[in-house]
Amino acid sequence: MRFVDEFRDAELGRVVAGEILAAVDPQRHYKLMEVCGGHTHAIYKYGIDDLLPANVELVHGPGCPVCVIPMGRVDDGIAIAHEPGVIFTCFGDMLRVPGSDGTLLDAKAQGADVRMVYSPLDALRIARDQPERQVVFFAIGFETTAPSTALTLMRAKAEGVENFSVVCNHVTIVPPLRALLESPDLRLEGFIGPGHVSTVVGARPFQFIPDQYGKPVVISGFEPLDVLQSALMLLRQLGEGRCEVENQYARVVPFDGNAAALRVMGEVFALRPHFEWRGLGFISQSGLRLSDDYADFDAERRFSAPGVRVADPKACQCGEVLKGVIKPWECKVFGTACTPERPIGTCMVSSEGACAAYYNFGRFARGERAAV
Amino acid sequence: MSGGDVVRRSALATTGGRSSESREQRVLSIIETARAKRAKFRDERVTMAHGAGGKATQSLIEGLLVPALDPDGAGTLAQLADAGAVGEDLALTTDAYVVTPLRFPGGSIGELAVNGTVNDLAVAGARPLALSLSLILEEGLGADVLRAEVESIANAAAAAGVPVVTGDTKVVERGHADGMYITTAGIGRRDPRARLSPRAPRPGDRVLVSGPVGEHGTAIMLARGEFELDADVASDTRSLWPAADALLGVAGAGLRCMRDATRGGVASVLNELARASGVGVTVREGDVPVRPVVTGAAEILGIDPLYVANEGVLVAFVSPAAADAALTALRGVEGHDQAAEIGEVTAEPPGMVLVETAFGGRRVMDQLVGDPLPRIC
Repeated sequence: MRFVDEFRDAELGRVVAGEILAAVDPQRHYKLMEVCGGHTHAIYKYGIDDLLPANVELVHGPGCPVCVIPMGRVDDGIAIAHEPGVIFTCFGDMLRVPGSDGTLLDAKAQGADVRMVYSPLDALRIARDQPERQVVFFAIGFETTAPSTALTLMRAKAEGVENFSVVCNHVTIVPPLRALLESPDLRLEGFIGPGHVSTVVGARPFQFIPDQYGKPVVISGFEPLDVLQSALMLLRQLGEGRCEVENQYARVVPFDGNAAALRVMGEVFALRPHFEWRGLGFISQSGLRLSDDYADFDAERRFSAPGVRVADPKACQCGEVLKGVIKPWECKVFGTACTPERPIGTCMVSSEGACAAYYNFGRFARGERAAV
Repeated sequence: MSGGDVVRRSALATTGGRSSESREQRVLSIIETARAKRAKFRDERVTMAHGAGGKATQSLIEGLLVPALDPDGAGTLAQLADAGAVGEDLALTTDAYVVTPLRFPGGSIGELAVNGTVNDLAVAGARPLALSLSLILEEGLGADVLRAEVESIANAAAAAGVPVVTGDTKVVERGHADGMYITTAGIGRRDPRARLSPRAPRPGDRVLVSGPVGEHGTAIMLARGEFELDADVASDTRSLWPAADALLGVAGAGLRCMRDATRGGVASVLNELARASGVGVTVREGDVPVRPVVTGAAEILGIDPLYVANEGVLVAFVSPAAADAALTALRGVEGHDQAAEIGEVTAEPPGMVLVETAFGGRRVMDQLVGDPLPRIC
């Protein structure tokens, strides 16, 4: 496939892997965090870990927008889905995220009309086609997906589609990164920055990471060569004592972002004072709600969702796993109360989360893989 | 509250050195024991995941059906084979067909109902002899639609050389079936050349697939029109008996086991067999035949073609000595010219399937939990 295969060239991959080996100090252990779930997926899918030296460790970050939705929000969604006459729509991978009493898939089995859509526009189309039903879109994601929700709402407003509303769970990328960086026990040396988010916000918002926290950032694309090259760029910064924001994904990410996308977000959304993240707790100014101009489309106002906060079990230590402070197996509930079939924390929800991956493939984890 | 909330001290974090190593081993062995246990059926209700061919389906079958119907494993149900043994040399299988839409590029529900059942016999090493046909029709179904499906059934049965010898029809009220559901059963005679068992694969054996993967499932997903994607993909529905016959002919006892890679795709079949035989399987991703149009659609949908359903692809485990001849024979069968050797059986790690990625890394190819759901990120 053109424009895809070029970035998956195994020959070039070996060349970059060689340069990485030359760039690292064998005496030093490197922990790099890939912030975005998309990168985690690429690392897992292509086995990129295998091409890195043993002293370079990739830590999976909080950037999987599905996994960070807390139980209480899922419960609210399920409650709305059970309201009479509601067609509840969301992205596919949201369907399996557990609330305190089951998932949206379970709600569907109990009779709720839950449908998977590919875009919020599909949900709006359902609303137009079925004016007698209330169509709710469960919006999730970082700045990557927020503009498409915003545009959909602008269209709904312009067309006067009254039976359409949105549960807004959009979050922003900078506050959780700042929360991670603020913690005194952080053990990370650099960040592989989120590529898709940056197509919207640009590279500029990440400047605070080198400026205030002294950690390098490389904004990265999602193909295996992108991720490898980004790791190389980070390791070179660390080796040369540089600390800056570099843009590996320049073919897509402009330094200042996408002004049009930021404008529509500004019109449709407003910051929440705080938002809860599964495994990370409340983070101030990290979530978006619908702005007052769009309050009529806010499903949280239209329906009486319980809005109860369901605390993550106390023993869940996703925060520490994310910061690289502990390994998955060191968590108190790992493998006992928290399993891939019945996950508690964000790291177990997605199959690529650090804990789920370790649960499923732990016997075959990286160190042993090298030995096989 | 601020982001400082993230900080939670852990006593365990300070556990270092040897004791942490042994704790890790302990945690891993707890997990291993849990994973090795027979799946339990603990769900409160049936969800769509129970029909997707992954872990949830496995819990339904191994946790509810087998314990009730074949409690001491005396029959063949516990072997979870595609077809069960009846007497000395007969094999029996049954399958239900519930696809939407009823017609799709490359086939229809009627064709699937014949080929799917014929294929379950074929991969069990049994020459198909006869089929039964049971139709559940929804009130209001157009006579033209029904006529077309009956014709498809007749044509597919004729092409496979297997007569429909008995049947049944029922009509349910509007809204109680998706147009029509079909159940077929098939009876076959075990081929004397067959020495097949899901426990037979051993280290060194080669893994063959009989053609490009992912076509049927992709064609169905696109035909449903949910994705507003158009691509030239057609279902691969066909009888696999000619392919099975050819393999039995050249490989004989060197043919360890065959499966048709229907729901859950090639990945699920390999996982089932790795578990059943206690071996590992390594798949070379670059050697798996996938047509570019399927790769493209899967790329956009965020789905791995190895997990997508096929209706005319079998996976065969063949001894190393017989592998080359088996592949040549397979490629000589009409419709299987793109058959390929995609990997081999290893001793380690038992029960797991690994993929050597085309990029040069490795990953574990696990069973699905439920349906392959498109990813947002």
